[in-house]
Amino acid sequence: MKRSFADLHLRINLNNQEDTQRLITKAASLGYAQISFASTSRLNNEEYAKLKAMCRRACVDFVSRADFHPRSEVELTRFLRRFRREFEIICISCDNKEVARQAAKDRRVDLLNFASLDYHKRFFDRAEAELASGCIAALEVDIKPILILEGPPRVRLLMSLRREIAVALEFHVPLVLSSGVGEERFVRSPRDMASIGYLIGLDEASALDAVSTNPAKIVSRNREKLASGFVAPGIKVIREGKA
Amino acid sequence: MKRVKRRYLAVQVERELGPTEREFIDAVWAAVTRLYGEVGASQTGLVLIDFNLERQVAVIRVTLASMNMVRGSLSTITSIAGMGASVRVLSVSGTIKALFSSGK
Repeated sequence: MKRSFADLHLRINLNNQEDTQRLITKAASLGYAQISFASTSRLNNEEYAKLKAMCRRACVDFVSRADFHPRSEVELTRFLRRFRREFEIICISCDNKEVARQAAKDRRVDLLNFASLDYHKRFFDRAEAELASGCIAALEVDIKPILILEGPPRVRLLMSLRREIAVALEFHVPLVLSSGVGEERFVRSPRDMASIGYLIGLDEASALDAVSTNPAKIVSRNREKLASGFVAPGIKVIREGKA
Repeated sequence: MKRVKRRYLAVQVERELGPTEREFIDAVWAAVTRLYGEVGASQTGLVLIDFNLERQVAVIRVTLASMNMVRGSLSTITSIAGMGASVRVLSVSGTIKALFSSGK
């Protein structure tokens, strides 16, 4: 079966619509079937509709996504309670251990992102992976830092990523490779993204899964949950009975 | 002696002002060396076969064993001769003939 590819982490500047459209068109031309944009603040309906229209013009499926950087467990749960049913993807950037652990064991979190380049602030260790494997959270790896860093900082980042990915594979935590870029020249084709996965210890099949099957599974699972007829996993309303 | 298996990669260079053949291959070698060091780069068997200046399409040859290394390195190219650029793999093949037939 032909793979369909997804990049769930593009960055856009909504004030510059021309650049946004170019970025979307480029992603579509490179073979992505689904794309999503990082949004820290809530998009209003007009902006949301504009993005959807741009994606429709480029013949690519738009996936809504919310990113959050909570400072504490309480902030995280408050955010999830409020926004879980409004977005198809929820990504939590973990800046401290308390948040990382809570996010890994909460079934409302789809993606765990460790953006920090500081070795001590990356909390994806065996304990975190064990919690995540018991739930549904996937580990998201952005390739942007690999592209822009050079020399010792890139060596340190590759080292951290290799370790994290080995742990994720050991505990069967799904991996999602995303670009995390906002400039057209940094957007890479899905297979080139997969080849970057090779640099961080993924084999060819797992690297391709990380840009196709794994993100697609998350999107379809959440779309099913957000559909009006959804009751519980495996149960949905087919039609209403007469009273 | 065991025959070395090779792969040909057709790559598209994307830069506002197209680079020369020399600039392109220097950027590829620099990317491979940065990621894998000089010993790693020497094992790739990297050779530039063709560079179409007009279409900005290059064909490079690498050993099969190092193909993923080279593909990964090509993806990390963000500038060529100081100007923002990117390199995209169009197709991969075991023969030049098949490479061009699949690239059409």
